[in-house]
Amino acid sequence: MDLLYKVFIDPFVQMGTAPDLLVQTMWEGLVAGVLYALIALGFVLIFKASGVFNFAQGIMVVFAALTLVGIYTLLRNWGLQQSNLAAFLALGLTIAVMFVLAVGVERLVLRPLVNQPDIILFMATFGLTYFLIGLGELVFGGEPKVMIANELYLPKGAIDIKMLGGFVQFQKIDIAAAIIASIMVASLGIFFQRTRIGRALRAVADSHRAALSVGISLEQVWIIVWFAAGIVAITTGIMWGARSQVEFSLQIIALKALPVLILGGFTSIPGAIVGGVIIGVGEKLGEFYWGPLLGSGIESWLAYVIALIFLLFRPQGLFGEKIIERV
Amino acid sequence: MRAPGGTDVAVGDVLLSVKNVSLSFGGVKAISDVSFDIRKGEIRAIIGPNGAGKTSMLNVINGFYHPQQGRVTFKNQTRSEMRPYEAAYGGIARTFQNVALFRGMTALDNIMAGRTLKMHSNLFWQMLRYGPAMREEVEHRRRVEEIIDFLKIQEIRRVPVGRLPYGLQKRVELGRALAMEPDLLLLDEPMAGMNMEEKEDMSRYVLDVNDHYGTTIALIEHDMGVVMDLSDRVVVLDHGIKIADGTPDEVKRNQSVIDAYLGVAH
Repeated sequence: MDLLYKVFIDPFVQMGTAPDLLVQTMWEGLVAGVLYALIALGFVLIFKASGVFNFAQGIMVVFAALTLVGIYTLLRNWGLQQSNLAAFLALGLTIAVMFVLAVGVERLVLRPLVNQPDIILFMATFGLTYFLIGLGELVFGGEPKVMIANELYLPKGAIDIKMLGGFVQFQKIDIAAAIIASIMVASLGIFFQRTRIGRALRAVADSHRAALSVGISLEQVWIIVWFAAGIVAITTGIMWGARSQVEFSLQIIALKALPVLILGGFTSIPGAIVGGVIIGVGEKLGEFYWGPLLGSGIESWLAYVIALIFLLFRPQGLFGEKIIERV
Repeated sequence: MRAPGGTDVAVGDVLLSVKNVSLSFGGVKAISDVSFDIRKGEIRAIIGPNGAGKTSMLNVINGFYHPQQGRVTFKNQTRSEMRPYEAAYGGIARTFQNVALFRGMTALDNIMAGRTLKMHSNLFWQMLRYGPAMREEVEHRRRVEEIIDFLKIQEIRRVPVGRLPYGLQKRVELGRALAMEPDLLLLDEPMAGMNMEEKEDMSRYVLDVNDHYGTTIALIEHDMGVVMDLSDRVVVLDHGIKIADGTPDEVKRNQSVIDAYLGVAH
């Protein structure tokens, strides 16, 4: 009886008695969710355009963040006085590096593997992951670094708002993250659905042969998506890096994108967002209200359980393309 | 709008010629020293028993395979290594033996994809769906609707093609190729796996395309009745070698063709 009370009644009583805490928890969940969604977006981009689950997306985030900080430090050491200028210069150069990476991936990894089964391409992204880990450590070293958030004019500090008989604290960086992520998602969504290149990207995902026969250049399409995924990686890297530190262990947050993708569907950009928010909010609420029952720390696995339950009922995700198979 | 460099060809002149083409995969010779031509405005059939190298020949023509020897001349322009993208740009469209469509996309989107190369407005306007991009989209959409009417697939335009029956998928695939407004249309077994009625429909479309749009067509087909009725000229391959070339009647009487199809007593 006592257990049932703790599971089904007590958490809601707590929510009712301290609504400001509820709002605070939900806000934190929302922000975490938006950031998960950003990572998931990187996966969706590449999956939509090549049918490949890009295992390297997590390390791309870390690599982008490391490159940004690394180039910035280098520029300052060379005697560039103005820190903001150096930061934005570094950002531009990092974007260039991600473009070179996209071209390199297309030339050296994807092109030799045209028309191969998806699993082969998937394994190739494993190889890419370890290559990037090695390269990142070789060039930038393994120690954690501090993201140059201030220099990039990202706001810091917090706003306290009095509501519901208490205070709710909003970190400014979180607000910025939510806004930037929303803009990014909206423009990518339009890009995919409404433009000629977007249609070409979807076509390539469905059939390489057919895409070639109507004159779509696979090389171009792949460079475009990997570059777009690189841009998403930079954004994600800056946001996550600003909230904690830039270090290799950041790449495991990429695994959190998996339940988000299962929920939202691998092919849907809005799905990535909704999935991210559901996972983020679910995780934080679960941890805060039900966590103590299980001795806390459920945040790390709750997302996967939520995803598992979804898999049972909607294997294609909330917004995924219906799985169509004629037999 | 047409291929960079390639010149226009008058009806009846040679549109595409294949000279001494040989193609092998490792030790397997798929095509040996084959030459023939396709004239503008005709329907040219490529026939032969299984494994004769017919599909390989189409793949050479549209740049999927690069022959080790020989030349392919299209619109008076010879290229040693043409990429599929360049072939499409130059005006060669094709369909596949085992339908290659964008399965998750609707019939309409599939056919629109055929117009990829013809759309030029800039990305920014396309994203806003405004101005020049909108006009362009509307114009392309009009052309695509014409093709949809022509192929009588109005009622399925919003259906994801993966859900359509095979015969209709083949028709959508033809539609996508037509949307490219090709000079040369390559059809790889357009009637394979169809019943009598569907075959008749498809034959009619092939003839109509040739008639209506003046498109030159090269087709591979196994149904001899269909080949003899449709085509102006027939080239016969067997084990990668050309064994006959001529009008359907000439080919029908050719002894080596009869041997290839019926087998010879040794």
